[in-house]
Amino acid sequence: MGRMTFVVRRLAMLVPVAIGVTIVAFFMIHLIPGDPARTILGLHATPQRIAILHKQWGLDRPLVSQYWLFMDRLFHGNLGQSLYYGGSAATIIFQRIPPTLWLIVYAAVLAVIISVPLATIAATRKDAVRDHVVRAIPLLGLGMPPFWVGILLVYALAIKVRAFPVSGYGTGFVGHLHSMFLPALTVAIALAPVVIRALRASMLNVLGAEYITTARSKGVPAGRLFLRHVLRNAVIPAVTVLGINIGFLVGGTVIIENIFAIPGIGNLMINSVFQRDFPVVQGVALVFAVLVVLVNLLADLSYAALDPRVRFDR
Amino acid sequence: MSAISFPEPALAAEPTEHALPRRARRWYRQPALASGMIILAIILFAAIAAPLITSYDPLKENLGASLLGPSSHHWLGTDQTGRDTFSRLLYGLRTDLRIAFIAVLFPFCIGTILGSIAGYFGGWVDTVLMRLVDIVVAFPFYVLLIALVFVLGPGESSIYIAITLVGWVSYARIIRGEILVAKRQDYVVAARSGGLSSIRIIGRHLLPNVITQAIIYAMSDIVQDILAIVTLGYFGLGVPPPTPDLGSMINDGQNFLTTHWQLTTFPGLAVVVVGLSLSLIGDGLADLIRPGHS
Repeated sequence: MGRMTFVVRRLAMLVPVAIGVTIVAFFMIHLIPGDPARTILGLHATPQRIAILHKQWGLDRPLVSQYWLFMDRLFHGNLGQSLYYGGSAATIIFQRIPPTLWLIVYAAVLAVIISVPLATIAATRKDAVRDHVVRAIPLLGLGMPPFWVGILLVYALAIKVRAFPVSGYGTGFVGHLHSMFLPALTVAIALAPVVIRALRASMLNVLGAEYITTARSKGVPAGRLFLRHVLRNAVIPAVTVLGINIGFLVGGTVIIENIFAIPGIGNLMINSVFQRDFPVVQGVALVFAVLVVLVNLLADLSYAALDPRVRFDR
Repeated sequence: MSAISFPEPALAAEPTEHALPRRARRWYRQPALASGMIILAIILFAAIAAPLITSYDPLKENLGASLLGPSSHHWLGTDQTGRDTFSRLLYGLRTDLRIAFIAVLFPFCIGTILGSIAGYFGGWVDTVLMRLVDIVVAFPFYVLLIALVFVLGPGESSIYIAITLVGWVSYARIIRGEILVAKRQDYVVAARSGGLSSIRIIGRHLLPNVITQAIIYAMSDIVQDILAIVTLGYFGLGVPPPTPDLGSMINDGQNFLTTHWQLTTFPGLAVVVVGLSLSLIGDGLADLIRPGHS
């Protein structure tokens, strides 16, 4: 399959997924037991407020027409009115996106910084003691609740040692780097086990390849061999694993933002759950899904551009 | 240089693999699997036999004995309402493990069935199911889970529904992939030309050969589910109080982190040990099925 065909096909695949994502977000309201408007308003349910919500969500219309209304608003950037904050849900959500993006990128970078040396230590001496030690990390790491790791890090590095703030987003680039270090580290620790495993496996693969033997026999120095030949080739599969786990990475930020009081969309989502602010919860879920779909698309398209060996047969 | 003195590594590895005596492939000779099973057995025993191990009622408050440090009476001390932390830990494990082990069954069965249908029949069924998978996967795990628990209301049944709706996709993907490969094998072609029905071929011939991959994945999935249950509990979206749950224990203990670190640390450690045992079992199973591919 040619490269252009792949790009066109990949873009075409986006259409059903995008429609499906909106249907899931739309249907959430119908999973609410009983009358959604009454359930959501709870104690504050007066006949007037219930009637307003019914009209706003079109609950008195047939299902197809309700979805049509939802999509029509969506195309106009309208995610409905926040029940708690009052204003447009879309505006509230979009204001909160930058801290979340910061956290995701910061965490991904830290995960790579943690994983590359550890995977290298393991792969360069397969089955040695150090390999076994590194391979034990994912076994322990995968079972650690990320929020618990966050709390312990706060205790150790913010309360005991006072090296980092307990919570917050900070101001300016350096401020963000400093304030967000612990939250980003927490997410990175959750992600690292997966990346270490993938990177170790792909390094072992590369180390066994013929071009490495050739480079060695040419007398390429060990350091150069490792950086230019091994790492460069081993990193691609590891980045793929990062890409596949973007949903996991993004989902982890929801929890961690709340622990560290970072004003991102994850924190907004949890708070809105407690405020029973349905339009915001629905909007955040939709924005997160769009984020994941776009990142996956970018990852696929950049492979098509970068790696000439990638074939796209199904 | 003759070909005989330099055999292909893959070919050389093959006979040794099969030459392994059968007993060497038994589970208890697999260090990872054996140690994982032993740890899990101890935890399960402690959780099930909780009333025999501790004499304290995990729900009984005793304000006169709140926030005690670890002692011979209260091994891990007491919490802010004077409840014994060790008892709550055991009963919390009981709650969370029970929910996690039940929760994994639904997505396992549904995902396996849908995955085998997609993989075996292909065509439009496959296309539709796999697009459905793409849609669910687009939502980050915790985002969809929290949104679903929000709309369904907190509680145990919401957790089951949410985990099922989110979790079936991984099993469907794994089983579909395995079946796509397995259905081209001779034994399936033979069964088909023998006139066996599709249901019989899937159920009796294909699934027994591909299900192990799903079982291995289920081990890490249970870990994932326990983490999800504990996380929901931490946010107060899981099992409603006063039922002991490790997540709500961590949340309660967080307020006393600087003075009583054990209240937060031990419930989390319990989760880590459960995760470790299941990961070991998963890795051990994988090794048992494909020796040498660690």
